[in-house]
Amino acid sequence: MTSKEILKVRGLKTHFKSGKKVVKAVDGVDFEVKEGETLGIVGESGCGKSMTSLSIMRLVDEQGEISGDGVYFKDQNLLDKSEEEMRSIRGNQISMIFQEPMTSLNPVFTVGEQISESLRIHQGLNKSEAWKRSVEMLELVGIPSPEKRAKQEPHELSGGMRQRVMIAMALACNPSLLIADEPTTALDVTIQAQILDLLKKLQSEFNSAVIMITHDLGVVAETCDNVVVMYSGKVVEHTHVDQLFDNPLHPYTQGLLKAMPRIDEDVDELYAIEGTVPNPDNLPKGCRFAPRCPIAKDICHEKLPELTPLESGSKVRCFAYTDEWNKEESQNGDINKEAAPSQGN
Amino acid sequence: MEINQSNVETTIEDPNFLPKKKSPRLERVKSLMVKLVTNKMSLVGGIIVLIYFVAAVFAPWIAPYDPLGIDLPNKLQPPTADHWMGTDDKGRDILSRIIYGSRLSLTVGVVSVLIGAFFGIALGLISGYYGKFVDTVIMRIIDVLLAFPGILLALAIISALGPDLINVMIAVGIFSVPTFARIVRGSTMTLKKVEYIDAIKALGASDFRIIFLHILPNIMSPIIVQGTLRLATAILTAAGLSFLGMGAQPPSPEWGAMLSDGRTFLWSAPHVATFPGLAIAIIVIAFNLLGDGLRDALDPRMKN
Amino acid sequence: MFIFIVRRVLQTIPVLIGVSLVVFLIMQMVPGDPAVLLAGESATEEQVNQLRSQLGLDQPLYIQYFDYIKNVIQGDLGTSIRSNRPVLDEILVRLPVTIELAFWSIVVTVVLGLLAGVISATKQRSLTDVSIMVAALIGVSLPNFWLGLMLILYFSVQFQIFPVSGWGTFAHIVLPALTLGTSGAAIVARMTRSSMLEVIRQDYIRTAKAKGVKQRYIVYKHALKNALVPVITVVGLQFGALLGGTVLTESVFAINGLGRMIVDAIRMRDLPLVQGSILVVSALFVLVNLIVDISYKFVDKKVDLN
Repeated sequence: MTSKEILKVRGLKTHFKSGKKVVKAVDGVDFEVKEGETLGIVGESGCGKSMTSLSIMRLVDEQGEISGDGVYFKDQNLLDKSEEEMRSIRGNQISMIFQEPMTSLNPVFTVGEQISESLRIHQGLNKSEAWKRSVEMLELVGIPSPEKRAKQEPHELSGGMRQRVMIAMALACNPSLLIADEPTTALDVTIQAQILDLLKKLQSEFNSAVIMITHDLGVVAETCDNVVVMYSGKVVEHTHVDQLFDNPLHPYTQGLLKAMPRIDEDVDELYAIEGTVPNPDNLPKGCRFAPRCPIAKDICHEKLPELTPLESGSKVRCFAYTDEWNKEESQNGDINKEAAPSQGN
Repeated sequence: MEINQSNVETTIEDPNFLPKKKSPRLERVKSLMVKLVTNKMSLVGGIIVLIYFVAAVFAPWIAPYDPLGIDLPNKLQPPTADHWMGTDDKGRDILSRIIYGSRLSLTVGVVSVLIGAFFGIALGLISGYYGKFVDTVIMRIIDVLLAFPGILLALAIISALGPDLINVMIAVGIFSVPTFARIVRGSTMTLKKVEYIDAIKALGASDFRIIFLHILPNIMSPIIVQGTLRLATAILTAAGLSFLGMGAQPPSPEWGAMLSDGRTFLWSAPHVATFPGLAIAIIVIAFNLLGDGLRDALDPRMKN
Repeated sequence: MFIFIVRRVLQTIPVLIGVSLVVFLIMQMVPGDPAVLLAGESATEEQVNQLRSQLGLDQPLYIQYFDYIKNVIQGDLGTSIRSNRPVLDEILVRLPVTIELAFWSIVVTVVLGLLAGVISATKQRSLTDVSIMVAALIGVSLPNFWLGLMLILYFSVQFQIFPVSGWGTFAHIVLPALTLGTSGAAIVARMTRSSMLEVIRQDYIRTAKAKGVKQRYIVYKHALKNALVPVITVVGLQFGALLGGTVLTESVFAINGLGRMIVDAIRMRDLPLVQGSILVVSALFVLVNLIVDISYKFVDKKVDLN
């Protein structure tokens, strides 16, 4: 708790207007990232985790409207920055790695040129200096014969190689914050592990903070210090990674963990959370998880719970951890009991 | 974040496409009309096309003068209240000639596109349905036709058949064959892969029946779109041929030929060349608008 | 890649044979007896018969065709009826003019088309975009012979900026090149716009943005280079329409090129000259398409991996 917060997100909202409908992709997100920390953001696809990261970078399409109390990066509100100021931050102080290494590199430029570009924009290196540094970066991310590889175009590289290039590009300017949006999802399992190891190694070397966006709890367990669980555009739980696995708080997190296949247990049937993620342009009135929640009470369908800090330091958005809970009529049972999974019939 | 796109229409390239029964088809025609009318550009195009057709059909009632009536004392008059578009070098009323000319240009356009569509569709269906050797041969023939740059094939045909409006229709028709053949072939090949065609085959339907009852009706959308766009090209090409003296002969009020006449007086009476050209340009724009609108309405994936 | 080039080159051979066959057959469709036509009105039947066997016109059609092809391969395209000079010589005199016109028209097509398309795409749905797209629609729809006349009317007759007709200086080229290049420019503009809009949505453009690249560089460096790929094919196809268009444009501006010669030859019923020049222009187009296809494959290899 001593290290400084490098990023503080407060009430971040990203809404898309199409006609009369408003799609609330990100709807009031709060969290913070400390220096050198790896923060995981987990959730199902469509929960707004990728959109959150794009909103921090202010890279959302024109139709998307970003608002909120602030995105404070090194105590400066990114939402107040001009486009020009944002450009000097992107790729320099905050950089990003994307999910699809196959399509995230420009097919018509050599990888060396693409890494050099960041260095030339942000560090004012000339062409040959930037090239030299690019080759060093390729070597650093573990690409064999980097001199030769730098002169190649993306189509000559495998998916894992391309993701390494993406990492080299992202780290070229030594950013304070690296956002990795599902960096391993599109890769083979063996390559996944290599890339995660590489990220971990480089993080300690460069001392960057990392936001790791993923739907894979395995990745979280391996890389993250703290975890934010998102559901339907909102943070439902913010906790330490050990806490997440040992003592998940929110019923949704509990469901996610149960849905994760485990090697040490022999299970006949995988658990799945019933129902589907609510449509972002037609959200339920109360808690957004209530329609799928095994322990929901009347209050859950009527009021939206706040993200509440607990004594353990974790935060959770659930009435079960508030005083109001016990006043309610019990419907399905208590949170402390095993939330009854409905299996089959 | 994926925003749901629920209103994406199925098209023939969609493997899940299933042909619908008669009444839904009527519904589709209705919804197509609604789409065309709501698309302002295609509405404008449609209205202009309609005006031209009305002018062509009712030319004798609409045209203020005889299109061939020579009136030498009033030759080369600029636009006046009597002659809205002025008169040509023989004193003929240009507006009347343009109105009558719409008969020629629309006929040439429609007939040549029908010729091109007929042979193009036939070749495309055979090529796409039977594939293999037949396909190779037909496609090589199409390649050869496409190897003639632009108007040159039509010109070569005219040079053999002689300058005449009928020959222009034939020449421009042949010029349109490759476009239709390629589009029909592509659509047929896609549709042939659809499971339901296999099912019908298994029921013992003849190739003829499958092609005409099951494939052709379902590839009409691209044919209609292409036909409309092709009308624009056909009218342009035919006018170009007449301009070169390879089509309609004087004193016929063909727009291209009129334009060619007007060249001589470009200095003294520019209106003689200006108005026929405008007449061509406007109908071509209209067909292009209508064609683009039809494509947007029938094939939403092409939209930008 | 090498195999592709060889295969593509070999593919042009049947096309060229087909073209020569079509040209040959079309000329056979000419009504009347070519021997009578050539010998002239006053010739006796004996003279006509002699000429017929001299020209091999009494041979079966396929023999005539093979003789024709044999001659063509040896560079003998026949003799012009009107001038009595070899057709090839006549063509070679006029060809450079037409190629120069075609070159500058393609420059108009590419430069104007790309510029308009890129501006349109970067300002999607703005007034500029709508205006450019309306202009492009008009551009594809204008009859180029009329456009040529109107350009003469305004720029030569009224303002006297450019010469009315003729050939030789750069000023002579401007109006014909604009006339001939406009419709192609319009098509290239439409294609570039939709291609750019497609490319701008790609992941690698997001990567470039995340790197902090300036908007201008994203458009002109990262996006345009990719968007050009499909545009190449369109330009290649436009070259065909453009070659055909020289027939009209050269007539309008009284340029002594191949196009005008074809029209004159048809009028004079100088069939060997018509046959030969159409063959040469078509072969030229086939050659250009070959080059375009190969260069397309070269660029496309990088882009279309998945």
